[in-house]
Amino acid sequence: MEIKTGLKYTESHEWIKVEDSIAIVGITDYAQDALGDIVFVEVPEVERKVSKGAEVVNIESVKVAEAVYAPVSGTICEINEQLEDEPELLNEAPYDTFIYSIEMTDPSELNGFMDAAEYEEFINNSKE
Amino acid sequence: MKITPLHSVYANLPGTKLVDFGGWEMPIQFEKGILAEHRTVRNAVGLFDVSHMGEILVEGSDALAFLDYLLTNKIVGSEEGRCIYTPMCRDDGGTVDDLLVYVFSGQSCLLVVNAANTDKDFQWIRQVLDAGEWNCKAANVSGNWAQLAVQGPGSLAVMEKISKGFEPGAIPYYRHRRACQTAGVTALVSRTGYTGEDGFEIYCPSADAPRLWDALRAEGALPCGLGARDLLRLEAALPLYGHELTDSISPLEAGLSMFVKLEKEGFIGRDRLLAMKEQGLPRRLYGLEMSESGVPRDGCMVYLSGETSSAGVVTSGGKSLMRESFIALALLENGRVKIGDEVEVDIRGKRKTALIVKKPFYRRSE
Repeated sequence: MEIKTGLKYTESHEWIKVEDSIAIVGITDYAQDALGDIVFVEVPEVERKVSKGAEVVNIESVKVAEAVYAPVSGTICEINEQLEDEPELLNEAPYDTFIYSIEMTDPSELNGFMDAAEYEEFINNSKE
Repeated sequence: MKITPLHSVYANLPGTKLVDFGGWEMPIQFEKGILAEHRTVRNAVGLFDVSHMGEILVEGSDALAFLDYLLTNKIVGSEEGRCIYTPMCRDDGGTVDDLLVYVFSGQSCLLVVNAANTDKDFQWIRQVLDAGEWNCKAANVSGNWAQLAVQGPGSLAVMEKISKGFEPGAIPYYRHRRACQTAGVTALVSRTGYTGEDGFEIYCPSADAPRLWDALRAEGALPCGLGARDLLRLEAALPLYGHELTDSISPLEAGLSMFVKLEKEGFIGRDRLLAMKEQGLPRRLYGLEMSESGVPRDGCMVYLSGETSSAGVVTSGGKSLMRESFIALALLENGRVKIGDEVEVDIRGKRKTALIVKKPFYRRSE
C-alpha cells in the first residue's frame, strides 16, 4: 500500500496537497483499493462554496457508492475533468490524480490532519 | 460464517476480497478486480467457486410428479439428463426461490437452489411433502457437494483438456452428464451458467474441489468472484433472488412466463398466477439504460418524466462494460412505459434520465 510523503491525510482516506492557500484533494491508495474498480465520479461545480465536512464528491465503484467530504472550508477552484471519461485513473494512479482543489478560507482547518507516518499507523491500527 | 471447501485455497491469496454473502464468506473479487474478471469471462474463460449453492435431492416413485406440483415449470415427461430452470412459488404467486432441476432419472432429481435460501427452501419442500401423500422424500445434501463454474468462450477448450472418457462438447446446452472424469475427479457436469456465456458447471465431492480448482486454473481459467458474476448476470438480464424475485414478486412480473406452465394442472401458485395474468400484471420488469451519467442501484426510485409519484423501483443496477453505459433492471407499473420511453431515476437525491431498453443488455454472438 503506497503512502506518499509530503501530503496530509484524513481519517476518511483522502490526501491533501497544500500549495499556498489552495488545498488539492484526492483519495489514497488504500481508499482506491478498498473501493475496487471505480466506474463513476461526480465532481462539484467550480466556484461552489463549501464548508468543512460538506459532501462534495460522489465516487461509485462497481460495488459501492462513497461520498467524499470537504476537508476544509472554501471555494472549489478546479476540478479534474478527465475523471468524467476516465474514472479508473483513481485506481491506476491515486496520488497523481486529484479530484478537485479548493481555495481555503481558513488554512488553520488543516491542523490535525495526519502526515504520512501517522496515516500509515492509522491504517495499520484500523486493520486490526 | 459458513465457508466452502475452496475457501482455504484462495482466502489468503493477495488481492482476494471476501464478503458476507447470505451467511457465507465468499470472494467478491480476486487480485485483478471485478472489471478485469468480467472481461475475462466475456473474452476468454473464468472460474467461479459457487459451492455455496444448495443441493436438495428428491427421490422416489412420485419424485417428478411431486416436482410438477411444487414447481412452475414442467418436470413430468422430461428426459434424463436435462437441466430445467424453474421458479418455485407460494400459493399467493410470490417466489420462494428460483432453481435448476437436474433430472437424474424418472425417480430422482437434484434441485440446485440459491445459497441464502437453502434452509427456507428445504423447509418449504418438507412442508409441501408432508401435506400430501407423496411417495418420495427430500434430502438436503448441500454439505456433500462443491460446485465450480467454468464460464466464457474458452470454457469448452479448458474442459476438453481436463476431461477423460467423455466429450464435454457433446453435452448440449442445459443438459448434464453424471460420473464424468475431470482432472481425476468424478463429477456431475452440466452445460449451464449464470453469465450469458457458454460454460459448464461442475459438481464434485467437497474433498475433491481443490484438485479440480487447481487443474482448471492450470489450464488458464482465471478465478473470478461474485462481483463479476453479478455484473455478468445483470448484462444477461438473468434474475437474482432477493432483487428481481422475492417472496412478494411473482415470476410473471419478473418476465419469466416461459418458465411458468400455466396450462399444467394444479401446481402451487397456479390459481393466483392465472388470475394475475388474466387481470393484467400489476408490475413488470424493464431494462433501463442511463442517458445521464450515474449509477442506478437497487432501491433507486423510478419516475415517469415530470411525475412526482414513482412508477417503480430499481432492482439491480451497475456499469455495463459491453454497452459502456450504466444499466438497471427495474420493476415498474405495468403498461406505463414502452421501449424507447424516457424515465427518471432518483440517484442520491438527483433525478437522472434513462431510456427503457430491450432486455437482455448483452447477448453473445453464436
